[in-house]
Amino acid sequence: MTETADAGLADAVTERDVPTRLSWESRSRRVVTIYVPLICFLIILLFPFYWMGITAFKPDAELLDYKHNNPFFIQHVTLANIRKLLFETEYPRWLMTTMGVAVGATVLSLFSSVLAAYAIQRLRFRGSTTVGLLIYLAYLVPPSILFIPLATMVFQLGLFDSPFALVLTYPTFLIPFCTWLLIGYFKSIPYELEECALIDGATRLQILRRITLPLAVPGLISAGIFAFTLSWNEFIYALAFIQSSENKTVPVAILTELVTGDVYQWGALMAGSLLGSLPVAIFYSFFVEYYVSSLTGAVKE
Amino acid sequence: MDASVWTFKRPKQNALVRLLDHKPFLTFLCMLPAGLLLLLFLTYPLGLGFWLSFTDTQIGQAGEWVGLENFDSILHDRVFINTVWNTMFYTVVATVGKFALGLWLALLLNENLPFKSLLRAIILLPFIVPTVLSAIAFWFLYDPQFSIISYLLVDVLHLRTTYIDFLGTPWPARWSLIAANIWRGIPFVAITLLAGLQTISPSLYEAALLDGSSGWQRFRFITFPLLMPILAIVLTFSVLFTFTDFQLVYAITRGGPIDSTHLMATLAFQRGIPGGQLGEGAAIAVSMIPFLIFATLFSYFALARRKWQQGESND
Repeated sequence: MTETADAGLADAVTERDVPTRLSWESRSRRVVTIYVPLICFLIILLFPFYWMGITAFKPDAELLDYKHNNPFFIQHVTLANIRKLLFETEYPRWLMTTMGVAVGATVLSLFSSVLAAYAIQRLRFRGSTTVGLLIYLAYLVPPSILFIPLATMVFQLGLFDSPFALVLTYPTFLIPFCTWLLIGYFKSIPYELEECALIDGATRLQILRRITLPLAVPGLISAGIFAFTLSWNEFIYALAFIQSSENKTVPVAILTELVTGDVYQWGALMAGSLLGSLPVAIFYSFFVEYYVSSLTGAVKE
Repeated sequence: MDASVWTFKRPKQNALVRLLDHKPFLTFLCMLPAGLLLLLFLTYPLGLGFWLSFTDTQIGQAGEWVGLENFDSILHDRVFINTVWNTMFYTVVATVGKFALGLWLALLLNENLPFKSLLRAIILLPFIVPTVLSAIAFWFLYDPQFSIISYLLVDVLHLRTTYIDFLGTPWPARWSLIAANIWRGIPFVAITLLAGLQTISPSLYEAALLDGSSGWQRFRFITFPLLMPILAIVLTFSVLFTFTDFQLVYAITRGGPIDSTHLMATLAFQRGIPGGQLGEGAAIAVSMIPFLIFATLFSYFALARRKWQQGESND
């Protein structure tokens, strides 16, 4: 193993089995007990994506005939499914709606969460720990319980069938998570920095803007990514509050608009799923480390 | 707070700046957006849900108070009773599966492996991708005619002679959904437990090795107890979200065949939104709450109790 590879693993606390490896823990035993199961896990976890990808680019003739074509590969790559999706359905429109809703909900919840987390962690008013606990409990209220009363509310507010209904309701599950994450981040910033600024005559809002926020950028990015992917993936509210085809979000639209009749258009369905997953996957791949740290950090808190 | 000596150095502040620096006012202002959104769209609907479950509200028609009628009717509804059993079965089996496989995967990832962060990133993919979209992929994998699983078993391995009808009959459909749920749940469990594993000090294992412990003993007496606190939290979340699952079932079977795979959430949706019986839907949704409270308290206290037994601080 090269130096660089070992350096990359330095942060992991796994060096223990280098010195303590026993004689019977030979290379072949390691292969059987670790690598073989790991590869099985990887194949099972990734196969649906491979299948999604390969089906999206397969012509219908190959797709429906396993006897003469090996189903695991493509003989003739086609873009017909993608073209059909982009030009014969309202897919671009759905993508735009989803993007707008996700960005709107993320911005709204980040703004509210930053202020709430700052108040709870730094302004330390009476009962701030209780408020923190209540916000944590709010995260445990699942959307499946809330969608029926929310649907009646959305209807009465005149927001039915409007993307604004989603922008306003998504923060109910985003704010608790983001606030909790940011409280943890603010806690890690030394309070002395703020005290110095207070002595220098800065106002509280100046401190938040000039000192706390710049130091909490990694936390903000984590919270933002999480909020974005959660709102991109949200399904039940979007299904219950949106009726007209042009206002649907991608997950809902694929399921309700592309499934027509008894003959399923598997090619188009898979192409839609692939395209709908790509934005989150790309977004995620840029910020994997933030994502993993927020996921594990939030659980550890 | 400032000594009078300092005041002349401060720039002249107008009333607005001074008001914003007044701590109680600032606190109020900071809590306002989050508080307002949560009270309006979370607390109020929660209460409204309870109220709706005692009325006969329908879509486009305000309801009247009917007392416990909705609960009475769903308790005599065979579909609802079956759904409750099915939801519990689904939750228990899927959670056990997720935790067994997720813990195994976490232990594998905790070994000294090359490309560790890349592996971690790839493994989280099923968790990132919108559930409905991966559910559609599973729907295709479970297709009666074009299922690749059936193809493998019948035409490649010759283990069966007929294609499996995954979603056409109740029990295969239930197991298929549970498999899809486990598939989606493994990454979250594995990655969070991996984080817990990495906090366990290697010196404990070294000491145990010197004492001549076996691999199982090290797992049983070091890894498992030290993992308990984080396991309890991950388990609580997992049980909560599996019990209230909606997307997978709605996307793959929509509760069919003959209402056998409904979860309480999908049944509430079916009765409430397309069926128009908001009161009855709300009653079904509200009946999830006792189960949720019980499951949360159980998984939290039964497991988190270990934390102070080990003499750690209980923060």
